[in-house]
Amino acid sequence: MSSAIIKPNGIGAAAPRKEDYRFITGNGHYTDDINRPGQAYASFVRSPHAHATIDAIDFTDALAAPGVLAVLTGKDVAADGLGGLICGWLVHSKDGSPMKTGAHPILALSHVRYVGDHVAVVIAETAAQAKDAAELVNVSYGELPSVTAVAEARNPAAPQVHPEAPRNTCFEWELGDKAATEAAFKTAARIISLDIANNRLIPNAMEPRAAIGEYDKGTGIYTLHTTSQNPHVARLVLSAFVGVAPENKLRVIAPDVGGGFGSKIFIYSEETVCVWASKKAGRPVKWVADRSESFVSDAHGRDHQTHAELALDANGKMLALRVKTIANLGAYLQLFSASVPTYLYATLLSGQYDLPAIYCEVDGVLTHTAPVDAYRGAGRPEATYVVERLVETAAREIGMDPAEFRRRNFIRKFPHQTPVIMAYDVGDYEASLNEACRLIDYANFPVRKREAEARGMRRGIGFSAYIEACGIAPSAAVGSLGAGVGLWESAEVRVNPTGSVEVLTGAHSHGQGHETTFAQLVSDRLGIPIENVEIVHGDTDKVQFGMGTYGSRSGAVGMSAIQLALDKIITKARKIAAHVLEAGEGDIVFEDGRFTVAGTDRGMAFAELALQAYMGHKFPTSEIEPGLKETSFYDPTNFTFPAGCHIAEVEIDPGTGTVRVVKFVAVDDFGNIINPMIVEGQVHGGVAQGIGQALLENAVYDPQTGQLLSGSFMDYCMPRADDLPSFDVGVTVTPAPSNPLGVKGCGEAGAIGSPPAIINAITDALGIRDIAMPVTPERAWRAANGL
Amino acid sequence: MYQFEYHRPKSLDEVTALLARCENPKILAGGMTLLATMKQRLAAPSDLIDLQDIAGMTGISVDAKNVAIGAMTPHHDVATSRDVAGAIPALAFLAGRIGDPLVRHRGTIGGSIANNDPSADYPSACLALGATIVTNVREIAADDYFRGMFETALKENEIITRIIFPIPQRAAYQKFPNPASRYAMVGVFVVKGANGVRVAVTGAGPGVFRMTAMEAALAKNFTSAALEGIAAPAEEMLQDMHASSEYRAALIGVMAKRAVAAMLA
Repeated sequence: MSSAIIKPNGIGAAAPRKEDYRFITGNGHYTDDINRPGQAYASFVRSPHAHATIDAIDFTDALAAPGVLAVLTGKDVAADGLGGLICGWLVHSKDGSPMKTGAHPILALSHVRYVGDHVAVVIAETAAQAKDAAELVNVSYGELPSVTAVAEARNPAAPQVHPEAPRNTCFEWELGDKAATEAAFKTAARIISLDIANNRLIPNAMEPRAAIGEYDKGTGIYTLHTTSQNPHVARLVLSAFVGVAPENKLRVIAPDVGGGFGSKIFIYSEETVCVWASKKAGRPVKWVADRSESFVSDAHGRDHQTHAELALDANGKMLALRVKTIANLGAYLQLFSASVPTYLYATLLSGQYDLPAIYCEVDGVLTHTAPVDAYRGAGRPEATYVVERLVETAAREIGMDPAEFRRRNFIRKFPHQTPVIMAYDVGDYEASLNEACRLIDYANFPVRKREAEARGMRRGIGFSAYIEACGIAPSAAVGSLGAGVGLWESAEVRVNPTGSVEVLTGAHSHGQGHETTFAQLVSDRLGIPIENVEIVHGDTDKVQFGMGTYGSRSGAVGMSAIQLALDKIITKARKIAAHVLEAGEGDIVFEDGRFTVAGTDRGMAFAELALQAYMGHKFPTSEIEPGLKETSFYDPTNFTFPAGCHIAEVEIDPGTGTVRVVKFVAVDDFGNIINPMIVEGQVHGGVAQGIGQALLENAVYDPQTGQLLSGSFMDYCMPRADDLPSFDVGVTVTPAPSNPLGVKGCGEAGAIGSPPAIINAITDALGIRDIAMPVTPERAWRAANGL
Repeated sequence: MYQFEYHRPKSLDEVTALLARCENPKILAGGMTLLATMKQRLAAPSDLIDLQDIAGMTGISVDAKNVAIGAMTPHHDVATSRDVAGAIPALAFLAGRIGDPLVRHRGTIGGSIANNDPSADYPSACLALGATIVTNVREIAADDYFRGMFETALKENEIITRIIFPIPQRAAYQKFPNPASRYAMVGVFVVKGANGVRVAVTGAGPGVFRMTAMEAALAKNFTSAALEGIAAPAEEMLQDMHASSEYRAALIGVMAKRAVAAMLA
């Protein structure tokens, strides 16, 4: 796929984003911009307690309040026979038993299990009336003790989240060869171990979740406008599992969506209720989360406690890795909750290294907190953090340069089968390490450190050589690991008679720039201007089916489907061109948007060919159907494995503990690149989130009351521009062999690679072994002053 | 937000009449705290009385001795005033570090000191500079005005109209912001003037306070080194998820030294 010449707005061009004009001028169409005739508003009554029984709900006053149309509770949900929310991935414990958890009702029935749990909904004429009336719903709670931290959740005396999961244990899962790992540890010359916490994060997409449910009495069709990363999956879950409407009677539209980061993959209570309540209230029902609701009710991310050990031989060669992780799943399993700390985590523990043996145990634990699920990187940041913290620590403890230690252990032959399922297909880890060292001027770091010391600052440098599995993924592979769905993607390419093109994709764009990159592919392949290409996504009535966007999969899987559909278009067009140009099909050359007869000046533009295809005058329609529209369902042959090297330099003010990231280099191998500007933007955003995790962000629950203490931006610290340095971004390229475009995916790499680089730099600056994320000024101050 | 009536009177007399008439009124002087509290449904005033149209309550005047700032003057105006920058540059510096540009264009000095948030910036300037708080009924010395967390000497329905800052020889403000809220986790305002040296601390305690031990040491020897070993009592400092009382106490020392160093630079 590496074309020598980059066409204007073709593959490899830094084409300006087609979507930006409408976003920047305020002409986007987000769910809250959409209003339906007769629309009413929902407000949810949420649990103020982390754990309680619901003894009674008295909504007499609420129902009598101005503008109120309905008050609905879990009893109404049960009476209508709706199912609960599901986890779409089944994980088994080491003893073979399936994971254990309780039901996840749409509105709580007998118990509430976290602060923010949904108890009832008020539907009213206005949003303000719905909120006012929701305060009048009088719920009698029987308060119960709660547990929020994984460290205490499995204590036999700890309060139980679900009776179905004794000791709050959902699963005790393992991966790898325990015996081989134990044997390798016995022969080790050196064992390096660390206890590592991966802090809990709250996603905070710029656009909060929102939904409008609508029921058409005439046709019996429901329409849901919602902030979804995967509207078809939403429709499937809402019909097949929740049973709110049959699949053919439910249309889900995800219009412009302002960021997701994973949090909008999942099917939540609020969106479900809007669909269901629209029929009950006889009115379209809108709900828009306010920021405080988002904090308590969006699925959170990360929250692991890990003990990890690395075995080395006398020459600094890695022998084995042993990892024990306890993962906080929250009070209920969300759509992918079970897969994130298992198959999306432990399968990446080999990192970029030739590690002969790995054994990982993960205990999934339920607590009285918001559900925890996929958040930018989903399992892979946690794995990278374990591996790269351990590798840097090992290098320091055996007195070897951390770059050299990595070089000594890199995988160099491909394909490479790791001990934890993944078969890496291609990569050149030393190339990205060397380029990152060059960009940051590694050789002169000691000079910069001395200069900083002269100013009273402590300067440190830290590496992170990450790998991730993206483009999820082959359907048979994920199926064998417990996924409830296939993870292919679909594309339909419709050529109009005038030669313009619509591409219907099952991927969904909520910040990734698909409208531009997907159109670049079409423009490049068909030789038509990018303005003549429209990317259509996010509507189940338009796009037949699709798996949506997450796991950096839309390039590798979604664009590959488009590529295959374009192949079919070109094949058919060539046949038509042969008839129209009165030549043999083998003599037709398609180049730069023109079909020509080889060696002659006879030819026609793509648009002329399109018109001919729809007229059907000049080719035998008994052999070639008129029209020009092709579909492809593409299932990849493997995951893709983006990898790279991040290096951070920090300066710490020992007086205050302020940590400043003064240099940050990210060199990534994303395979072939469609739009370098968009890729760089994705890296910037991901690194900002990773630095946020390392230095600023922390979801804190009060251990006694289970209240979310970091429930607003006053206390939950999102990274801002002045928290970040100017990033220095580079690329190396090994094209992915598993898809026709050779692309790997870039959406999550920044968030995956950066946290260990930052923490490695801080521990280097302060000469300490470990420090907990986020490294707040006080934590750094204590470490700097030995307190 | 609950329903409320909104008023925009043109004179203080009208304000007084509205305050007497309304059931549970609140004065709106920018609203950077009040509106957020109302949106969270934690405050439910029956009436909001917005002071922004009242003549004479906005603006800055500087003479040889004083900087006088109308209570409804937004932080941005103070931050960018050449007169303030010439007379008390530390005050302009402080105003430029409150919140973000939106807050600095809506939030006012009067609103800030009437609310007396323990981590607000302005109270430290008022106390250290020995400001006079002028209200519709009297003048109050800053030393008598701040009464602890969210408490002031203001009587019910008393309205701040102006704040008068005496121009010192030198002053400096050093702020260590809370990384999330950007309020002062610790802010130290040091002044050297006709009344000697004054050191006021915000953010660290349950209200702005003076570090008299530091003032005494600096009066004798105005150098950063003079502050060595002078600590704030950690047990009296605030503690929250962002910072322990011990850390806040330590930051007072660091910020005070940096303020003194800035004044000597």
